[in-house]
Amino acid sequence: MSIDLKTVKHISKLARISIDDEKANKLKSDLNNIFEFIEKLNELNTDNVQALTSIAETTLRFRKDEIKSENIREKILKNSPEENKDFFVVPKVVE
Amino acid sequence: MSDITSQSLFELTSNIKEKKLSSEEITKAFINRAEKSKKLNVYVTDNFEKAIDQSKKFDSNPNLDFKLPGIPIAVKDLFCTNGVRTTAGSKILNNFVPTYESTVTQNLWNQGAILLGKLNCDEFAMGSSNETSFFGNVQNPIGENLVPGGSSGGSSAAVAANLTPVTIGTDTGGSIRQPASFTGTVGLKPTYGSCSRYGIVAFASSLDQAGPMTKNVRDCSMLLEVISSFDQKDSTSIEYKRNNYSKELSKDIKGKKIGIPKEYRVDNMPDEIEQLWKNGISYAKDCGAEIIDISLPHTNYALPTYYIVAPAEASSNLARYDGVKYGFRSPGQNLLEMYEKTRSEGFGDEVKRRIMIGTYVLSSGYYDAYYLKAQKVRQLIKKDFDDAFSKVDAILTPSTPSSAFKIGEKTNDPVSMYLNDIFTVPINLAGLPGISIPAGKDKNNYPLGLQVIGKPFDEQNILNISYALEDKINFKNDISDWWLSE
Repeated sequence: MSIDLKTVKHISKLARISIDDEKANKLKSDLNNIFEFIEKLNELNTDNVQALTSIAETTLRFRKDEIKSENIREKILKNSPEENKDFFVVPKVVE
Repeated sequence: MSDITSQSLFELTSNIKEKKLSSEEITKAFINRAEKSKKLNVYVTDNFEKAIDQSKKFDSNPNLDFKLPGIPIAVKDLFCTNGVRTTAGSKILNNFVPTYESTVTQNLWNQGAILLGKLNCDEFAMGSSNETSFFGNVQNPIGENLVPGGSSGGSSAAVAANLTPVTIGTDTGGSIRQPASFTGTVGLKPTYGSCSRYGIVAFASSLDQAGPMTKNVRDCSMLLEVISSFDQKDSTSIEYKRNNYSKELSKDIKGKKIGIPKEYRVDNMPDEIEQLWKNGISYAKDCGAEIIDISLPHTNYALPTYYIVAPAEASSNLARYDGVKYGFRSPGQNLLEMYEKTRSEGFGDEVKRRIMIGTYVLSSGYYDAYYLKAQKVRQLIKKDFDDAFSKVDAILTPSTPSSAFKIGEKTNDPVSMYLNDIFTVPINLAGLPGISIPAGKDKNNYPLGLQVIGKPFDEQNILNISYALEDKINFKNDISDWWLSE
């Protein structure tokens, strides 16, 4: 199976990464090489194998739903690319 | 007393405790050497001024009960450090200054260590040569224009070049052990769940582990003892009694059963590596270990499995870089255009490639064929190890299929780059601990490593086996300081 240019562009859209035609062609060839290598897995019959879902054989812990950090608004906003003292700012979404 | 920067962590700690050296002397010695070592490009961000202040503060009231008393340490730039820029080697985090500290680094500071700076690495830890970093490639101190391995390449180079006594790296598919092997240093990836992932920039969450990178096995045990801890802030951190690794370190490995997996004898493996492995086996026998041939039948499927699982997790983890909350933003006419431009300009080629692979294998119609298939094969790989460990206490293999290669040699062929991790990736997939120790040199005099793999939570055992082998191997890195400038 091979990945065509249309698929590359579709994936880039899903991944929210814009690519031009030159990059798309390069990616197409890279991805096809990588998937050719990945296809090796099809040699194995895994019909009766349970998929591994967690490598650490422990059950996830429960904890009380408590607020442990208060007044961290400033910390959270500190690294935002466009400054506003109370909110994250993005391009206008609703007309 | 030997030159300060060439001393091991054990020596430096003893010298501080015996008041033969001050933290300030040690810190300044490492900074002085770093100033002359810019050619290696190990630092992304230094913390030198603050480090000197902190060393003076330590000396004014030294707490000698600490395990790392006044010891300066540089860490991989994948650990969030409060108030110190953390980039993950990426343009997209070029201006990111965390407001919190990773648990693993906090453990260092809680034992008296001082942050020297942040070390270069492959972008988001995706790479095996440190060439994907936005901040440029790192030179391997063993020879000019050689890669230091990756992704913890700045870390391995810094330890080998005596620019930090020890360091911590992260290992998702070999990123501690492969660079350790390439630089003649020791690197350990602990059992999944041993070291907290809190505050480490995430790559593939089911595989990522932090671990020590050091000059020798004893230092490795000392550092693991500090960084391994149970942490409520990491939901996959595991609560179990950790050993006092350095206190319990022993060369007595008599009667230990060590497995040799036949599937690691791969095609085109250089004779030198075959010979290195044979030497390791005979040293283990000399120490009284019993050698047992074993089989890990699904070894050949580990890399293809990894290149589905790791990119799938990465594509989800890296969805957070959207130009909204932190990091780089490229302006757009609307929200979607802003996202797409930010991610296109902010990520490098390898990261984009892996996000694309991950997005594809998780996308509608392909999930079962790729992701689910890979998780099933991962189960088979894990079962291989479970079966093997019913017969043996540890497994001995080469760390890498080659020694350090030239900068630029493999950058145009992703698959050949991926093959570097053929011996290390299965261990991450199975969540096991593995350590690489320097074990010999190839015809160019470049270091080669051997890997010891253990049962889950059995770090003490692989440290002990490594400690015994290290003694027999008696490896000496010969590094000429070719990069030093005045």
